[in-house]
This record gives sequence, C-alpha cells and structure tokens, in this order.
Amino acid sequence: MTETTVRLPDTSKLVVSSSPHFHDGSSVRKIMLLVIVALMPACLAGVLTFGPRALWVMLVCVVACMLVEAICTKLQGRTCTLGDGSAALTGLLLGMNLPVTTPAWMCVVGAIIAIGIGKMIYGGLGYNPFNPALVGRVALLMAFPTAMTTWVAPRSASSPLWAGVDSVTRATPLGTPWTGEQLFSTWELFIGRTGGSLGETCVPALVLGGLLLIALKIIRWQVPVCFIGTVAVITGIAHLAAPEQVAPPLLHIMSGGLMLGAFFMATDMVTTPLGRTGAVIFGVGCGVITAVIRLWGSYPEGVSFAILIMNAFTPLIDRYTAGKPFGVISHPGREVKL
Amino acid sequence: MTKKHLRFYGGVQPQESKIASGVAIVSAPLLATYVVPLQQHIGVPAKPVVAKGDKVLRGQLIGEAGGFISAAVHAPTSGIVKEIGSCLGPVGNQLPALILESDGEDQAAEPMSALDWPNASPDELRKRVAEAGIVGMGGAAFPSAVKLSPPQNKTIDTLILNGVECEPCLTADHRLMLERPEQVIIGARITARILGAKQVIIAIEANKPDAVALLQEKAAGTGVEVRSLQVRYPQGAEKQLIYSLTGRKVPSGGLPMDVGCVVQNVGTGAAICEAVCDGKPLYERVTTVTGTPLVAPGNWRFRVGTPYLEAIKLAGGVKTDPVKIISGGPMMGMAVYSLDIPILKNCSGILLLAADELRQYESTPCIRCGRCNDTCPMAMMPGILSVQIEKERFELAEQWHVLDCIECGCCAYGCPAGRPLVQLMGRAKAAVQAARKSRTAKKA
Ligand code: SF4
Ligand code: SF4
Repeated sequence: MTETTVRLPDTSKLVVSSSPHFHDGSSVRKIMLLVIVALMPACLAGVLTFGPRALWVMLVCVVACMLVEAICTKLQGRTCTLGDGSAALTGLLLGMNLPVTTPAWMCVVGAIIAIGIGKMIYGGLGYNPFNPALVGRVALLMAFPTAMTTWVAPRSASSPLWAGVDSVTRATPLGTPWTGEQLFSTWELFIGRTGGSLGETCVPALVLGGLLLIALKIIRWQVPVCFIGTVAVITGIAHLAAPEQVAPPLLHIMSGGLMLGAFFMATDMVTTPLGRTGAVIFGVGCGVITAVIRLWGSYPEGVSFAILIMNAFTPLIDRYTAGKPFGVISHPGREVKL
Repeated sequence: MTKKHLRFYGGVQPQESKIASGVAIVSAPLLATYVVPLQQHIGVPAKPVVAKGDKVLRGQLIGEAGGFISAAVHAPTSGIVKEIGSCLGPVGNQLPALILESDGEDQAAEPMSALDWPNASPDELRKRVAEAGIVGMGGAAFPSAVKLSPPQNKTIDTLILNGVECEPCLTADHRLMLERPEQVIIGARITARILGAKQVIIAIEANKPDAVALLQEKAAGTGVEVRSLQVRYPQGAEKQLIYSLTGRKVPSGGLPMDVGCVVQNVGTGAAICEAVCDGKPLYERVTTVTGTPLVAPGNWRFRVGTPYLEAIKLAGGVKTDPVKIISGGPMMGMAVYSLDIPILKNCSGILLLAADELRQYESTPCIRCGRCNDTCPMAMMPGILSVQIEKERFELAEQWHVLDCIECGCCAYGCPAGRPLVQLMGRAKAAVQAARKSRTAKKA
C-alpha cells in the first residue's frame, strides 16, 4: 500500500472531552417515557371502568401540564424542557389521581399548581422537593373537597364503552365506615370496579406496570414492597384487634391510591431517597403514615399525604443512610450536610 | 480448579468491542524519526545524557532517572539525536523530549548482562528493573523499581499480575499473554522474588478463556496461580482487583501495600522478564490500535516514540472520519486532538470512535435516580457530590473522600442526565490536593 492511498483522520474535526467516552445510552427522556408506558395498562383500565371521560380528564391534565411547563421555561428564559417527558408524566399522574367527573377547568388549575408551584419555581426537574403531581392533587383536594371526593360508580359491564357512566354517586371502599361487611366483592376490588380516582382502582394493571419498571431497574422494588407491606401489617394488626371497626388488610391494600402511589409516586426519583436503605425507610414511612391517616385520621385516604410528608424527609434519610465509601473505616457522613 | 471470588461493589458492563483480540501482534516497521519524551512516567523527568548530534544505538541509555521517583529512558533505535526539545503529550501538556533521527540500521547497543534470576539477590533484580527504565505499563506509569521497594515496615505477601484488561476495546494484554506466556510467568516470579511475596496470582477476566487456559498450563508447577474473574468493569482497578481476589480492602487514601499486596500489569511483568533474562531495556511495547473507523485494527509492538499518526497508518488508515481519538481505552482514556503525540511506555491503546458510537449529550440537572450510587465501585455518591462540587464546596467533597475516586467512569457511563461526573470529581480532587498543599505549606 502506498502512502497516498491511506486516508488519515481529520484532526480538526476531533472532539476532546472528559472520559468516559462510552455511555449506556440511557436518558431522562427514555426513563420518563418508560414510566408513561408502564402506566398505560392502568389508564386503559380507567377508561374501561369509568368510560371515555376518563380519557378526556387525563388528556386535559397532560396538555395543561406541558403548556404550563412551556410557559414557565419561557418566562424564566430557559430552554424548553418539554423534551424530557417529565411534564407529560406529571400530567398523566395528576389525571389518574382525579375523579372522572372533575371539570376541565379544575384539571387546568391542578396542572398550574403541579407544574408551576410543585416544580418550576424550584428550578425545574431535579430540584423539586415534592412530587409535583401530588402537590397538584392535594391542592385540589383542599380547595374543592366535594368535587374531589364525588365518586361515580363504574359503568356497567354490559353498556357500550362510549355510553359513559351513570351519574349515580357511589361510595368508595375506604370512604364508607367499616361495618364488618364488605361493600364490594374481593374480585371487584381487585379489578377496580369500585369508586375511586380514575387511574387508581385496577390492581392488576398497576402491578403489571410496576413490575415492568422494577424489571427495567427504573424503580427500586424496596419502595412498593415496604410501602404496601407496612400498610398490610398495621391494618392487619388493627383488624385483628377490632374486627368490627377496622377493615381487613386485603381491602386496605387493594383500595384507595395505594397501588398507584406505591409503584408510581413513592418511586419518583427526584423526590425520594437515592439508596437502597433509604428506599426501605421511605417505603415503611409512607406505609405507617398512610395506615395512621386511614385508621385514625379525618381523611379516609392518606397515600398522597404520606408520600408528600416523606418527600420532606428525603434529604434527611439520604444523609443518615449514606454508606461508607469503599475502604473508609470511619467517616463523618452524618455530620456533613449534603 | 475454580475458586469462588468476591464481587466488588458496583461496576458496569459496557459493550466489550474487543475487535482486535484475534489479531496477532506484529512488530511495527522502523520509522525515520522518533519523538522520545524524557517524561513517560509519574515523577521527575529523566535527565538527558546525550547531546544534540550524538549518535546513539538501540537500547542505549539516553535519559537517566532524575530523582527517586523517576525512570530511565532508552533509545528506541539507532540514529542521531537531532534535537532536545519538547513534544505534546497525551494529556495535552508539553513533555521534554528528544527527537531521534533513525539511521535505518537499528543497531543494538551492548545489552546489559543477563541475570540468573533464581539466584540473584532481590536488590540486584530491583536495580535491573530501575536500569531498564521499567514503569507500570497498564496506564499509571509509576516507576516499577519504586513500587517494588516497599518500606521496611510493610510486608508484601501477595503479588497480583493484572491481566484483567477490563477496558473495552483493548486487547494488547490479551495478545501478550497468548503470545508470550512464559515471559509473563517468569516476570511474575522475578517480581515475587524481589518482593518476597509467597502468593503469586495472575488475574484474567473470564472473557479471555484461551489466555486463562494457556497460562494455567504454562504455570503448572511454578507456584503461580492463574485465576479467571467475573467480567465486570472495573475488575482491573487495583483496589477492586485486590478485593475480588483476597477480600482485603485497601484503606481510604492507602496503597495496595497497606494490605500486603502489590498489583502489576502483565505487560510490566513481561518487560521485567526481558530486562532480567535478556538484559533488554524498555523501549518497545504492545499497543492496540483499534476502532470501527479503522481499515485494519490490530495489535503492534511499537517502539516508544512512535507518533500516533504512524500507528494509524499501520492500521490501514480510516474508512470514515473518527470523531474522537483516545489514548487508552474508552472508559478512562484521554481524548487527544493531535496525532503528533508519541506512544509512551504506558500507552495500552489508541482508539478511534465514529460519530455513531459517541453520544453527544447535553448535561441536565441530576434527577437523583441513584444509579451512580449503585455503580460507583468506591461506593461514593457521585451525583450528590457533583452538585456540591458545582457550587465549589470542596471541603465537603474532601470530607466525602473525593480523593478516593479512581476516575473509572462508571458513574458518568450510566447517568441518564448526562452529567460530566468524572470531570467534576477530577476538578474537586485537584482543588482538594491544592488546598492540602497550601495547608501543609502554611504549617511549615
Ligand atoms: S446517575 Fe446522574 S442523574 Fe442519576 S443520581 Fe447520578 S448524577 Fe444524578
Ligand atoms: S469515577 Fe469516581 S465517582 Fe465515578 S464511579 Fe468511578 S470512583 Fe465512583
């Protein structure tokens, strides 16, 4: 081979940057999209259970959240962050946490609070201390308690999908005082044919999505297992002590927002602890607070509050669970603020 | 004989891309000019012992060790010293260098006497390692004679020869083990004799079963153990390797010798064998030249001082334009911007990456996904630390043992936010070291 035939690299086009030069290809956008995909079974179940209006509520929330984020970034003079998919995810979660009857304007108010106050004023994704979707949801719950707790019955299985739901209000398993008798059959509870927020009732759909995220290592299994387990244990003990006043643990774990919260909200990366030990503490803490609110609080449901309260403890949990670096015998981790 | 090994914390499994692993080592042809840096090692540069215009022979000493932590440099071929000046190094710094014009004869200087190593004294052997200018060839380039002189109060019971080659793409050590197994084993035994180490282990990652089998066969009856380790980056990092093999944890801020171990690259072992048994100083090494843009990736035995450009020419030039050229492997190597940089004693690979192999990403705020916590083999918290480092809170980084970061890149490899974690850790390390220096200076 003569020298002239050998093509040599053009050094003027070389990029110089720090190692490592390989990357596994993960991105924030991919993570958010996968979570959205994992939520799809539960969304579908919501539409099948509560009719096409469920789709409308979720759509309004998603679009509103994305618009609010776009406007906020514009006002803050930052580059648009819609591409990371987190605003869409927040919108979807917000929608799934609302009753199917929520008026559109209320969804928009929720979106403004979730994205504006829950996320953007802190500086956007990564800096928000509280789960934005839950901030929006809880704010709506405080502001419009009646609208937020008006539950309609699932549409009857025989009516066509587009027929919508009867406007009969229906009790939720947790909203009705326990009288020793089950209002819904266990099967109804399991597949979500009960009253409730539109995306929270179908247990198998939520578990399926959750398992997908665990398998893809996007969430830590410790969080849902500890969260749901703790609720089961506490309500189980309470039920044994007073079977007449406390519903059995199976009813507790299958109703309300527990499945949705444990798999999709208590596992939000930004607002929960980093490590495995932290995940266990976070899950148990959420479980305890949820059980306490359900059993002794004035609200029938406590998942949202529990997660938000534990969000506030996240920095503390991180500090106290920080492990020792390899080869370090004593380290000042606990005293050092992160 | 399979032994159970411990699994070090964290780590990642990048694509191996060892496309040159089947290509045998070829000796690179002579060049007209070599650029031989006088600093190819950590420590003080070597002092030139020849002057401009002198005629030198291959293997002749051209730079003597300039201090305790320093290493000798030898001429890669015979010729005339054209100039004593400087050249660009892989890190982008200027290195004092000697420009050697080859006379094409490649005439060898009188070799050093061969030593009868099983009977030579450890001091004699150590002296030879120093005379031959041997440095750590796996990447660190720490002068070997210094590494092999542990202080009196440290007993070394275990020598580990590192043939793990956990960096993706690189295959030089693999080929060397396949083609010169005896040299590797004898090098290990000589080093063990210098250190008085009873246990000698050659560690190889399980993705090189041919090398494991060959070395096991050749090492039978010599007391040298050959062990196959799990494929997991950075299995070949000193502290992780020691832990995998012995369960000992090198203390924070400490050295392998604090737990009775010395880790040495297999290439260094082979070089020590040559220096002792053949009297040959270190003036050539095996380097992988690889990457998908190249026409013919492979492994070559290059004379030290060969410019990268010549190495790329040998590999047939490029088919497509590379976007990055890296000195070393893809996880810890340095991106370079010039091809005039010469191959040094520690250059294990020259890697070319095409545009599609490189993710040009924007760095966004940490989303606290916790991956870097899980993959950092030093069990640090690179994500949280990086946020503090951006705020220049270096004292905090110091308290969190940022100096223990081995810059392996596992954290940044898997960060979905594309954060430049290694760069930030490096920045904090430099700042902490500077602060420590000024503190001790104030005290004195
Ligand atoms: S991997 Fe990146 S995004 Fe995840 S915690 Fe670490 S720095 Fe943050
Ligand atoms: S580069 Fe440093 S911080 Fe990052 S994973 Fe390696 S040791 Fe940990």
